[in-house]
Amino acid sequence: MLREKIQETFSEAKERGWVMEPQAKDLLRVAGTDIPRFCFAKDVGEAIQFANEINYPVVAKVVSPEVIHKSDVSGVVVGVRDDRQLGEVFTELGKIKGFQGIIVEEACRGIELIVGMKMDKQFGPIILLGMGGTAVEIYKDVALRMAPLREQDAESMIKSLRARPLLEGYRGADGINAAELKRMLLAFSSLVMEVGKEVESVDLNPVICNASRCVVADARIMLAKR
Amino acid sequence: MNLKRLFKPATMAVVGVSLTNESHPANVVYNKNRLRYPVSVFAVNGKGGTLRGETVYRRIQDIPAKIDLAVIATKAEIVLSVISDCIEAGAGGAVIVSGGFAETGSADLQNRLVTIAKKSDFPFIGPNCLGVFAPAHMDTFFIPGERLVIPNRGKVAMVSQSGGILVDHMVKCAAEGVGVSLAVSIGNKTLIKELDMLRYLKDDPETNVITFYLEGFDEEEGREFVLAASQCGKPVIVLKSGKTPGGTTAVKSHTASIAGDYEVFSSVVAQYGVVEAKDEFEIVAFAEALSCYQRSIQGKVAIITGSGGHGALATDACISHGLTVPSLTKSEQTELRGVVSPTIQDIASFANPIDLTGSATDEDFMAVTRSLSRNEDIECLIVLLLPYLPRITMDLGARLSLVCQQEGKPIVAYVPHVDKYKMLVEGFMLNNVPVADSVEDAVHMAEAMRRYRPC
Repeated sequence: MLREKIQETFSEAKERGWVMEPQAKDLLRVAGTDIPRFCFAKDVGEAIQFANEINYPVVAKVVSPEVIHKSDVSGVVVGVRDDRQLGEVFTELGKIKGFQGIIVEEACRGIELIVGMKMDKQFGPIILLGMGGTAVEIYKDVALRMAPLREQDAESMIKSLRARPLLEGYRGADGINAAELKRMLLAFSSLVMEVGKEVESVDLNPVICNASRCVVADARIMLAKR
Repeated sequence: MNLKRLFKPATMAVVGVSLTNESHPANVVYNKNRLRYPVSVFAVNGKGGTLRGETVYRRIQDIPAKIDLAVIATKAEIVLSVISDCIEAGAGGAVIVSGGFAETGSADLQNRLVTIAKKSDFPFIGPNCLGVFAPAHMDTFFIPGERLVIPNRGKVAMVSQSGGILVDHMVKCAAEGVGVSLAVSIGNKTLIKELDMLRYLKDDPETNVITFYLEGFDEEEGREFVLAASQCGKPVIVLKSGKTPGGTTAVKSHTASIAGDYEVFSSVVAQYGVVEAKDEFEIVAFAEALSCYQRSIQGKVAIITGSGGHGALATDACISHGLTVPSLTKSEQTELRGVVSPTIQDIASFANPIDLTGSATDEDFMAVTRSLSRNEDIECLIVLLLPYLPRITMDLGARLSLVCQQEGKPIVAYVPHVDKYKMLVEGFMLNNVPVADSVEDAVHMAEAMRRYRPC
């Protein structure tokens, strides 16, 4: 099942060199990670219908084969409150180059982490866990381990972050569900081992973690160059 | 591949010995082995003849003995035919000292060497290397004997991609009293790589710690190396150069951008319990500590000294290296106060670090060391000894080592390594207690045990 899904996803993405968010999330769902309820809406009616199913507020994101980093082109709008605003957002995102539609997605709250993978020349697949968001390369609070992860690796990755007190619940704030994060890391590790050398790198950023869930809110899979 | 005859040869041929130039690298190797090592050595040169009255053989096949190790120091162009000769003569392996291969662009010649050797299961080290130093047995280094600083025979095996670094580490090992079982420079590591050395040394009964100086691994080799190291049952220490990226390439993902080559290396070796030394001093200190104690600690240390300043410096160093110096409880402090002599009972400090003051005697140090050795919350003792304290004797090293052996708790010591205090230093060293030349190095030794994680 997973193998077939990988093949389907990669053959669609081959020419482009990277897997777009809707397809990446479908793959991650099959791999056993938790993803937000979402819909890849190609027209505004579809978007509004889905938003009403999952209830506002929602997140809207551009889907375009020309846009790898959505936030660089203002392609992500959070906290969309109602039909009218969603309609405006659809029109606005529609102006972005290569527009194919938008992702309408349930809004998740929590601490933003990044989980990633890189195919390393000397060590093969490497998994990264760190504090996520757009500032990840500034703070570089990350842990790296060689895949496949063992239970003890997933645990030590979480514990080794400088932001560990935040994850455990700092100054009265809720901590994250560490067991869910661990489960997510191990599921991702299995996926990484399955895809092998076809992938160059993966960013799951952000992975939003709260007291109950760890949800992959965005995903980007870069395929290996041929 | 069986490397035993290569590393423990009874017979050695040196190919490329000059009949006219006594300072030729091959002649250096031939002479030092003939004069100072038990291995039987034969000279080979295509022209034949004699050298100092000994026969120079035209080909390795002509030697009237089965050759275990051939040291090849000829021009690169003829190395291929010499290797063929070795294989034909049934030699056990070769060290190819000669340069002029991949490092100067002749990758093709190097690849042909590998092909022919692999086909016949013939192991060789190099090319472009110093080769093998086996203490009291043989050495293929083309460094004249009087220029080489020779460490004692011991349990540390050292493998290095660079010959220069290897020799330098041998100098440092000699200075620190670290004994060496085998030192190998693998040069271009064409056939025998770090992984092969790891597999050989894992089963070498004379080795209990393995160190590597690495510049980089080939594709996927890093993965195999850490997995093998974690299963090896002996501490493996690595020092890596090339920590700074040579150039930045545009990468499209955060992960690829953050997970640079060195960051990955450092994280992955630690993940598999390989001890990474950050510099040349750490590698020697780590090797010394782990050759005495092949064990892992969480990092709880007690510091015993006769000087408050030393205790404070050592505590700072411990904390900065991820060790802890837990405060002793009131009752533990009372117990310690009870075992020392009345003179220092009221002036010493027992909180950890434990400062026994300049009035402490050998007996005070021993009593406190013994008592703390039995404290289950302490995993390692750092004893900072100042030999100039008037009531300390030169016997204290050996006496504290005895406590260490009786109680089974690791001790690392600091004693300034100067001639005047040599007996104190040797009292530790000869009894398998690591002794550092600086406070910082003593802390490194404890840290080595914290970083080592046997699987």
